[in-house]
Amino acid sequence: MTALLPTRKDEAWRYADMAGVARAWPVAPEVIDVAAGEALARLIETDTTPGGASIRHFAIHIAAGGSLTFHILNAGGGYGRVALDVTLDAGAHFELGGVIIAAGEQVLEIVTTVTHAGPGATSNQIIRCVAGGTATATYLGKVAVTRAGQKTDAAQSFKALLLDRGATANAKPELEIFADDVKCAHGATVGELDATALFYLESRGIPPVAARTLLTRAFLSDALASIADDATREAAEARVTAALEPRL
Amino acid sequence: MLKIDNLHAGIDGKTILNGLSLTVNAGEVHAIMGPNGAGKSTLSYVLAGRAGYAVTGGSVTFDGQDLLALAPHERAAAGVFLGLQYPVEIPGVSNLMFLRTALNAQRTLRGEKEASGAEFMKLAKAAAEDLGLPYEMLKRSVNQGFSGGEKKRNEMVQMAVLEPKLALLDETDSGLDIDALRVVSEGINRMRSPDRATLLITHYQRLLDYVVPDYVHVLVAGRIVRTGGPELAQELERDGYQSMAA
Repeated sequence: MTALLPTRKDEAWRYADMAGVARAWPVAPEVIDVAAGEALARLIETDTTPGGASIRHFAIHIAAGGSLTFHILNAGGGYGRVALDVTLDAGAHFELGGVIIAAGEQVLEIVTTVTHAGPGATSNQIIRCVAGGTATATYLGKVAVTRAGQKTDAAQSFKALLLDRGATANAKPELEIFADDVKCAHGATVGELDATALFYLESRGIPPVAARTLLTRAFLSDALASIADDATREAAEARVTAALEPRL
Repeated sequence: MLKIDNLHAGIDGKTILNGLSLTVNAGEVHAIMGPNGAGKSTLSYVLAGRAGYAVTGGSVTFDGQDLLALAPHERAAAGVFLGLQYPVEIPGVSNLMFLRTALNAQRTLRGEKEASGAEFMKLAKAAAEDLGLPYEMLKRSVNQGFSGGEKKRNEMVQMAVLEPKLALLDETDSGLDIDALRVVSEGINRMRSPDRATLLITHYQRLLDYVVPDYVHVLVAGRIVRTGGPELAQELERDGYQSMAA
């Protein structure tokens, strides 16, 4: 990453909180190298200091046949951005599960560029976000397939729940494909909590806040389902619940 | 137990219930029959407190308290259960988790001790077995992938575990084949007791062959136009609602 402060003209920073960016700048990339045939799992949580600004930038290389499962809990601070630049060699796999829980005036982002540089690599990205107040939640996801990336299988799914009228969710899937035999799927939806489901829960005796928490947690859990270790997944779900409750 | 007096209610500015009065005592089963659009579902939603329905007149007391002043979850804790005509699917929330959360939320609100995991499991297993719903299905997401009949059985499982004082069953018989109708009816009959009451809301007389009501009411244009015994249901089946409207 360059030392120059980015501007909004740069597509990748278009929805950013520039005052927050200035406070967090400069950002040193964190490097993750997954060796050929190796399997790694990482779970990161953004800084939750109220009003704080944090940017994490990961430069990730997954060598042939290797795999990385990466999970992000982005719920904290005033501005929180997690950016991933991932390069996949032949037959490598990248799995991403990202959760954004934004409230108040928070601006929270997940930005990914996944480059399929070798044949037969696969990637799957699931991002779920909840935004309330006048918060902004953004996912920018680019999948690039080089000429060498034949038989690429890449999938992206983004879903956002808006809890208040003033909240914003931005989603921008982007595909750049130079190989001719690839499968790239993406989908994005933005919606509200289902009023009928809420009534159903309440009619059984579940108080409104608990009902909203239950539905929202279920919605977000898609992004955590790929955490293989039960204890880690349950801990992540508990962190999500703790982040949600004061916001509902 | 339940006293509805001159109730006027509607949705989106349209009046649907137009002076409905009804008294249901503990131990009784009442059936409300009526044509489409008479206000049957509106009555059940107003009693359960669904948002969007506005009460413009009259009163509803339940065990001496003003039912309309309570939030939906408080009504449930007070003992009101609404079996929905179209039970909702909730992906990502298991039936067991949903039901245990509901049971314990009700108990907490009533100042009772929460059910332990073991106690809850025993209740849920017994209810599922009685209603012919494989216990394994309760581990799945609420109603997701359930057939129409399985959804209705699941409503009855919830009712058996939650043990309400007043069951409002909105077209619980719709979408059921004969076998499922029998099982669901047995579920309703099993809940009959001197301290409980049931309000069956239905189009058809068929359910009333299995669950014999003490009273049958005919609801037309938002008010009860006639009340009788079980024989009234047979008369309706024979003559239709047309004759009642007059």
